[in-house]
Amino acid sequence: MTLATRIIPCLDVDKGRVVKGVRFVGIRDAGDPVEIARRYDEQGADELVFLDITASHEDRDTMIHIVEAVASQVFIPLTVGGGIRSVEDIRRMLRAGADKVAINTAAVSNPEFVRQAAQRFGSQCIVVAVDAKKVSAPGTPDRWEIFTHGGRHPTGIDAVGWAQRMAEYGAGEILLTSMDRDGTRDGFDIALNRAVADVVPVPLIASGGVGTLDHLVAGATLGHADAVLAASIFHYGEYTVQEAKRHMAAHGIEVRL
Amino acid sequence: MATTVVIDYGMGNLRSVSKALEHVSGGSRIEITSDPGRVGQADRVVLPGVGALRDCMTELARLELIPAIVDALRTRPFLGICLGMQALLDFSDENDGTPALGAIGGRVRRFSGMSVGGARLKVPHMGWSPVDQVGTHPLWKDIETGSRFYFVHSYYVVPDDTRDVAATTGYGETFASALARDNIFAVQFHPEKSQQAGLTLLANFLRWNGSCR
Repeated sequence: MTLATRIIPCLDVDKGRVVKGVRFVGIRDAGDPVEIARRYDEQGADELVFLDITASHEDRDTMIHIVEAVASQVFIPLTVGGGIRSVEDIRRMLRAGADKVAINTAAVSNPEFVRQAAQRFGSQCIVVAVDAKKVSAPGTPDRWEIFTHGGRHPTGIDAVGWAQRMAEYGAGEILLTSMDRDGTRDGFDIALNRAVADVVPVPLIASGGVGTLDHLVAGATLGHADAVLAASIFHYGEYTVQEAKRHMAAHGIEVRL
Repeated sequence: MATTVVIDYGMGNLRSVSKALEHVSGGSRIEITSDPGRVGQADRVVLPGVGALRDCMTELARLELIPAIVDALRTRPFLGICLGMQALLDFSDENDGTPALGAIGGRVRRFSGMSVGGARLKVPHMGWSPVDQVGTHPLWKDIETGSRFYFVHSYYVVPDDTRDVAATTGYGETFASALARDNIFAVQFHPEKSQQAGLTLLANFLRWNGSCR
C-alpha cells in the first residue's frame, strides 16, 4: 500500500452559498457550504477546497465564518482560495481553521508574494492555483497560458513554466484548472495535466471538466495527477465521494476507502 | 479538571489541533498557550507545528518555552505532531544543520525524492498513507494497523534506537511515522486532519496516563 490518490470536492462559494458555474458563468445554487462540507466528510472526502468567488470585500468575512464553522466539525485538510492577496489574508484564513490557502491572481501580479508566504507560513500551506487555457493552434505543439480574474484576463505566461517557477518559489502544491474544460463536464485536459505533473516536483491537483467517474480515473492514470478535484458531480448528488473512490479502486488506483 | 495545553509558538495551524482535541475532549479543558507557566501546570502537553525546524527552535527559545517543554517531556503525557515530533530529536539536516531538543536520540532527514526503484517521488509527501503500527501502545487503541493518516512533510525522523519506533510508513524509504518512549508519543502525520482515525488517537491521548502499557 502506498500514498492514496486524493479525491477533493471543490465548493465555489458566492455570498455564503455554494454555486457552480459553467466556464465561470451561468451560476447555479447548490446549497449551504457547511452542510455540504459535512456531507462530503461523511462520504470520505480526502480534503476540501473552498473557492471564494465573491467579488466584494465585505462578503469576505462571510467566508471566514464558513471556514470557522467547517473547521470545528470536519477534520480533514481544508484549502481556501479566492481573493488571497496579502500575508494578512493568509493569516486570517489559517486562524479561522484553513490548513492551506490557494493563491492565484496575486501570484501573477507579484510572484515574490508566494516566496514570502512560503517563508512565513511554510510551503505545506501554500497552494498556487494555475488557471490555464490552450493557446496553440490545432496541429502545432500544445501550449497553454495562464489566465487570471476567474479566467477573464490573459497574461501571455506559459502555464507549464509558470507552475515550475511557483514550485521553485515555495508553493507546496499546484492546483491546475483547465479553463477550457471547467464546468463543461467533458473531462480533464489530460495533456495539460501531464505536461505540468511531469515537470513540477510538488503534488498536483487536477481540476476542471469532471463529468463522469471515468474522468477521475483518467486524471490519476493518464494525467499523472496526485489528486483529482471535482464539483458538480458531487454537488447535485449524481455520485457520492465513496462511489468515486470505489470506482477508482476498481481501476487499480490506490485510494483511502 | 485535567488540562491539556497546545503550545503556541506562532507556527502552523494550532486551531486545527485544539478544535480536534475539543471535539473528543468530553469536556476536559483544552488550552492554547505560549506561556511557560501554563505549560508547567498542564496535565498533558501537545507540541504541534508545521514549517521549518530552525524557525521552530528559534521561536521556542525566544518565548522561553524550552525549559517547560523539557520538564513536560520528562514528567507528563506528551504528544508531538509533525514539526513537534521532529523537534524532539537531536538534530536536523534542515538548513545545513539545526540542533533540536534531544529528548529522543536521532536525527531528521530530508526525503530524497526517489523511490527504491528509482522513480521520482513528489516532495513534500502530501496525503493519506498507511501507518503500520509496531507493537502495542495505548494510543493505538481502537485503531487498526495500516490505517491511513494525513501527512504533509519533506523531512522525516531517524531515531538511533529502533525500540523508539511506534509505527512505520513507506514513501520511497520506510520511515518512522510514530515514536514512543515512556510518557512521550510523537507522530509525523496530522491526527487533527486524519478524520476518524486521527480523532481516535487524540481521544486516546486525552485518556493516557503516560505509561507505555
